[in-house]
Amino acid sequence: MSEAIDAMNNEIGDIGTDYKYGFHDKEEFVFKSQRGLSREVIENLSRMKKEPQWMLEFRLKAYEIYMEKPMPTWANTELLNEIQFDNIYYYLRPQDSEKKNWEDVPEGIRKTFDRLGIPEAERKFLAGVTAQYESEVVYHSIREDLEKLGVKFFSMDQGLQEYPEIVKKYFGTVIPPNDNKFAALNSAVWSGGSFVYVPKGVHVAIPLQAYFRINAENMGQFERTLIIADEGSSVHYIEGCTAPTYSSDSLHSAVVELIALPGAKLRYTTIQNWSKNVFNLVTKRAQAYRDATVEWVDGNLGSKLTMKYPAIYLMEPGAHGEVLSIAFSGKDQHQDAGSKIIHAAPNTTSVITSKSISKDNGRTTYRGLVKVYPNAEGCKSSVKCDALLLNEGSRSDTYPTMEIDCENVQIGHEATVSKVGDEQLFYLRSRGLSEDAAAMMIVNGFIEPFTKELPLEYAVELNRLIQLEMEGSVG
Amino acid sequence: MTQPLFKIEDLKVSIEGKQILDGVNLTINAGEIHALMGRNGTGKSTLANTLMGHPKYEITGGKIWLAGQDITELEPEERSIAGLFLAFQYPIAIPGVNVVNFLRAALKAHRGGDMPIKDFRILLKEQMNLLSMQQSFASRYVNDGFSGGEKKRLEILQMAMLNPKMVLLDETDSGLDIDALKVVAEGINRTMTKDRGVLLVTHYQRILDFVKPNFVHVMMNGKIVKSGGPELALELEKQGYDWLGKETKHENQATAN
Ligand SMILES: Nc1ncnc2c1ncn2[C@@H]1O[C@H](COP(=O)(O)OP(=O)(O)OP(=O)(O)O)[C@@H](O)[C@H]1O
Ligand SMILES: [Mg+2]
Repeated sequence: MSEAIDAMNNEIGDIGTDYKYGFHDKEEFVFKSQRGLSREVIENLSRMKKEPQWMLEFRLKAYEIYMEKPMPTWANTELLNEIQFDNIYYYLRPQDSEKKNWEDVPEGIRKTFDRLGIPEAERKFLAGVTAQYESEVVYHSIREDLEKLGVKFFSMDQGLQEYPEIVKKYFGTVIPPNDNKFAALNSAVWSGGSFVYVPKGVHVAIPLQAYFRINAENMGQFERTLIIADEGSSVHYIEGCTAPTYSSDSLHSAVVELIALPGAKLRYTTIQNWSKNVFNLVTKRAQAYRDATVEWVDGNLGSKLTMKYPAIYLMEPGAHGEVLSIAFSGKDQHQDAGSKIIHAAPNTTSVITSKSISKDNGRTTYRGLVKVYPNAEGCKSSVKCDALLLNEGSRSDTYPTMEIDCENVQIGHEATVSKVGDEQLFYLRSRGLSEDAAAMMIVNGFIEPFTKELPLEYAVELNRLIQLEMEGSVG
Repeated sequence: MTQPLFKIEDLKVSIEGKQILDGVNLTINAGEIHALMGRNGTGKSTLANTLMGHPKYEITGGKIWLAGQDITELEPEERSIAGLFLAFQYPIAIPGVNVVNFLRAALKAHRGGDMPIKDFRILLKEQMNLLSMQQSFASRYVNDGFSGGEKKRLEILQMAMLNPKMVLLDETDSGLDIDALKVVAEGINRTMTKDRGVLLVTHYQRILDFVKPNFVHVMMNGKIVKSGGPELALELEKQGYDWLGKETKHENQATAN
């Protein structure tokens, strides 16, 4: 897929940065809300979606919470306060209904996703795809064999229409609207996202994918994802995100809820590559029940400010949680990321591995919490944070918090900060590699624990993205 | 007469303002093996690193020639591609980068293009076998968690793969057991040709039993103070460096007068 995109890139050339997804289409839509958020916007949106009454009430209640909650007073408040909430379009409906056939998607949108390589990727290696453009899922498909096994993979909106009882049972239970201001905002205006239900004992061997694209300027995208892996099942879900490069900012504020029922295995992979004018404020949380495993594999390259701390609540004995993340921060970017693990039951285990790279005075922050409840005997947790700085002005901060209320546990924490070493560079250069190639190799090696967890196509793409970011950045 | 393969002319080097090399002169012709010996801290590694172009080492005077080309100002990668190779005294780890990918990238840089993966694998397998390296070695991360001996073998493997004209071996024999020493020495001898020059830094006669030098040089305080044939190494093994110190002091005085 990359050759096609390269060719395209040459065509569009002058987007000002090396961000290859920075192009944008002409805006075409069937409905666009006014700027700013109000009860009216929410009521309108809910009516257009023909939602049940309880969902409208859920939204309006969340809206009240959102209005009451103050902005966070921690993290990068300076950047946070740049968000102009009244300037944002909260709902933009690009087409009248979701399509199952690629040919039925409006041509402009189809071309965009073609450029991004989505349908091709689907043909090659995916079990199902959801493509979201602005506020709505415009295309959706799942392999027939999985459908026959009872795997449900829909846009959240369609999931709500077709399985209201499952949605009502789980929606907002992992992340209630009052969790934080942005979760409340999402709960009020959510649109799109995925709904996945994997029945008992079903193994979805190849990944399901969602692709999120913001096109309009000052757009707010608030997708909502709920994944339920029933007992003994397994599934891997991947999401990718891009947006055009505009001079003024957009907001992406998603909520993702995962539920792994006893014995289930659920992996959620993200490659976030928003353009550098997107605020990416996402709440992601999972519950893992007896002997279940949840893994967040989280890569953050783009955005202006990302605040994202994927969490796992280990609810019952034997549950296991892993968070593996990389953050790559360049000029004028701040990746404030981390993870939260709550050991709420005995004999639960967790591993957090966080890798960050800062270049061109970029900033990364690791913010993490490991909490062990008083009764959670025999828990094990290990946290490892490594930061790599590519220039003097780059910055990395680590805030690991441990709240351990139980004695009989094993908790390990390790943090390193390093610079791309002169000796490493010299070693590689002495073998004929240019300085850039050498630095690239060191960086790729640094994030290898992450890349090796990705499907090959993603790993290749990630390496390429980083290569673009890295060009001429040693010093 | 044909030009020498490698020539160091009155090389002066300092690190962080402190002078370490104080005018080194050395000429190595194609087909010759030179051993460089000397006490700890006299500047042997400084010389090797400077020759390879380490940015930390500042050349304050002198020149380096490789096959008639002045390489004094070249970047390390340019020197490498010009045919110079340094086997490091302390090879550094590159975590997350496996030996295969590393060697492929190095070879690609040298050839100016990728080698077909099949040919590459055949070549790598063959060279690894010759160095008694297990195949699993290829998928390990470069020098990461390697034993001392494994690191040195990897240096020799790289040399064999890149096939340089001029080889600098900085204590490649240190830390090797007898069997490993033989394997490494064989690796050096096997790849030696009439077109290659070797400068071998060592503290021990032992490796010189296997890799026979044409010349032996002794470095002291950043200078080559004595040169001779293989017998010089044997003498040093017996007597140490003290007698040389006296001798050179006399020489220095003589020249001062
Ligand atoms: N990168 C460096 N920074 C500061 N000082 C250095 C550096 N490299 C070498 N030196 C100093 O230069 C002098 C010569 O060191 P060098 O490593 O060249 O010695 P050597 O002859 O190789 O010794 P050995 O036999 O122990 O390997 C020493 O005093 C050493 O401390
Ligand atoms: Mg040395």
